[in-house]
Amino acid sequence: MDLLSWGEIILRILAQFTPVWIALIATFALSITFKRRLGLYGKLFDSPIGMVGFGLVMFWVFTGILGGGFDMITTHDVLDQSASMKNKVPGTPYTKMMGEAAEGAYPYYLLGGDNLGRDVFSRMVVGAWEVIKIAPFASLFAFMVGITLGLPAGYYGGRLDTFLSFLANLILAFPVILLFYLLVTPEIVLTGIPVYMAAVLFIFPIVFLVLLWNSRFHTQPKTRNIYVGLTLVIGLWLYSGIAWNADPLGLIGFPPNLLVVFVAVVFVNSPTVFRIVRGLTMDIKTRDYVAAAQTRGEGPWYIMLWEILPNVRGPLLVDFCLRIGYTTILLGTLGFFGLGLSPESPDWGSTINEGRKLLSLYLHPALPPALALLSLVLGLNLLADGLREESLRD
Amino acid sequence: MTLAKFILRRVGVMLLTALCLTFIVFFLTNLYPNLEKLAKTQGNFRMSDEEVASYLGRNGYLQPLPVKYGQWLGVLPGWTQEGEDGTLRGRCIDQDTPAADAPRFCGILQGDWGYSTVFRAEVSGIIGEKLGLTGRLMLWVMLLMVPSALILGVMAGMREGSRTDRTLSTFAITTTATPEYVSGVLFIAIFASSAVGLKWFKGTATSAMGNPSFENFFLPVLTIALYGMGYIARMTRASMAEVMTAQYIRTARLKGVSFPNIVLKHALRNALIAPFTVIMLQFPWLLNGVVIVETLFNYKGFGWTLVQAASNNDIELLLAVSVVSVIVVLVTQLISDIGYVYLNPRISVT
Repeated sequence: MDLLSWGEIILRILAQFTPVWIALIATFALSITFKRRLGLYGKLFDSPIGMVGFGLVMFWVFTGILGGGFDMITTHDVLDQSASMKNKVPGTPYTKMMGEAAEGAYPYYLLGGDNLGRDVFSRMVVGAWEVIKIAPFASLFAFMVGITLGLPAGYYGGRLDTFLSFLANLILAFPVILLFYLLVTPEIVLTGIPVYMAAVLFIFPIVFLVLLWNSRFHTQPKTRNIYVGLTLVIGLWLYSGIAWNADPLGLIGFPPNLLVVFVAVVFVNSPTVFRIVRGLTMDIKTRDYVAAAQTRGEGPWYIMLWEILPNVRGPLLVDFCLRIGYTTILLGTLGFFGLGLSPESPDWGSTINEGRKLLSLYLHPALPPALALLSLVLGLNLLADGLREESLRD
Repeated sequence: MTLAKFILRRVGVMLLTALCLTFIVFFLTNLYPNLEKLAKTQGNFRMSDEEVASYLGRNGYLQPLPVKYGQWLGVLPGWTQEGEDGTLRGRCIDQDTPAADAPRFCGILQGDWGYSTVFRAEVSGIIGEKLGLTGRLMLWVMLLMVPSALILGVMAGMREGSRTDRTLSTFAITTTATPEYVSGVLFIAIFASSAVGLKWFKGTATSAMGNPSFENFFLPVLTIALYGMGYIARMTRASMAEVMTAQYIRTARLKGVSFPNIVLKHALRNALIAPFTVIMLQFPWLLNGVVIVETLFNYKGFGWTLVQAASNNDIELLLAVSVVSVIVVLVTQLISDIGYVYLNPRISVT
């Protein structure tokens, strides 16, 4: 078989992404049809920048889920090495040094092979899955921590604020990479410190939800008990599984090296969220509707969670998009320095790091993950920009 | 509250932060698995557990943590120990200072930053040399980044919503979305790789440590500058756009002042207050960029040293690195706060 030309490579890659195109078209068609009924999300489709950003983000989300989760887009196994495919240029027909290639195996390495003879294209696709698995959840956890601490700090002020702000500034004064080097090492995993940090950080979502329900429904004990009870049962079950790896049902577990990455990323992001929420709260708490709620005799947590928080959702939503992008960059940084994830992991940071060593001779192993990361983060930034524009409009 | 009192208070908070921070670093690097790694990299990798323990004991690593921290700070006397052959060994004793004239205290308060186990040299010397190298890198980054970011931002914010604005804003967003390890790889691929063949620049900056030239120094500088540039440009744009809608600008326009004059004489000064603080707050981020770029381009400066110290658990070097970086971060924050007050008379330090 001959080498594929660039035209053929592009066509084949486009064809390989067929499930993603279908999902994207369906999403856009549905969203645009019903955009007037979808609130802020629907308004996104009025802004070209927002649409481009949303398209890029959803492309990688679908690629990650369908490619990494369901194995639909990848052409080869990400760990499968073939000695005769080492550093081969894009479009090289797939062969194995020893033995025949398996029946029905995809006949080409679309984007070439890396220094161990693994398929660059498939690794890029599965790399998206590595990001989609961690980045949104890590950002969400960072938000829960930042909101739960930032609201009282901004609302009460005083000693509590001084203390929490000092802690936040302390963490922010660390150079991120130093923190990663100190936290995300096998030696630290041995000491169990990440587990304790996870135990502290992961309690915040439960605290947040309990406070949220309790402050809203404390006058209707029946409803309150249902909500708080459900939160506690499900939350503590997940908590025991994720943080302590001690799920009584044995369903949920978290690989220790993934946990340390997750914890480190949440830890780095929370102080910034804290500062944003604190600033917004200090601004909003002087508004008339807060004074009205205080006069009505509402409790402080009700005011914080049900009066202030909904009114700062715009800036927080925008920051959430940016933060997922920043988390993606942080995950890439971790991979780039070979911290945390296993060396064979197909995440983009690690692949860029491996590819850069041969960069003066071969471009194809390093460029696809680099461009993939760039386009995902760009998409998130454009999405944030679109959201900011649209939320300012009303 | 006067400015002097404000600064004094901030310096106090700064010292407290630096103390807490170094203690955290000290604690994490002195965890037993990390000490074990240190012992094995210093001795050999096949050391048994007893050998590790005896190595650590001989070198004073097994004392209680607060004691060790106090010795490092220089508020507690350095440890001393009689060796098997009867010679006195201790924290403050080395080849140049025999036991007889060794001082009792030797911590950073006495100006002794300790000894690097990786580079086998005095920490203060290493830090000084590496800071010089990185300082040169940062100087060029600043010279490239700040003017171009300000020009970009002012041009975009001058006429909000115009085509220039759209183009420049998209460019700014793209640079903020490109971390250094992506842009660096792209630049090396395009401009330095023999696979493309342009070969305008060198893909490594190792030779730039001795004699920096445009060819070997431009790519690292550009890589760091680009990531921060977009952010500053966007801040400048927002601030410029806000100033351009102010009443006094409208008055100037109605009086018939020409557009370039309005921008340069009326708008610019007010528009540059916000970017000033942002530029100062960029330093901690630049520090990250420096670590990545120095690793990528193999430029053996401060960031490269951080990576070496951290991956080899070189405790005293790592502590010195964190002290320096935390001082950089906190001092720039202080300058940014004071500068903001100074530039904007409407705000007072209270």
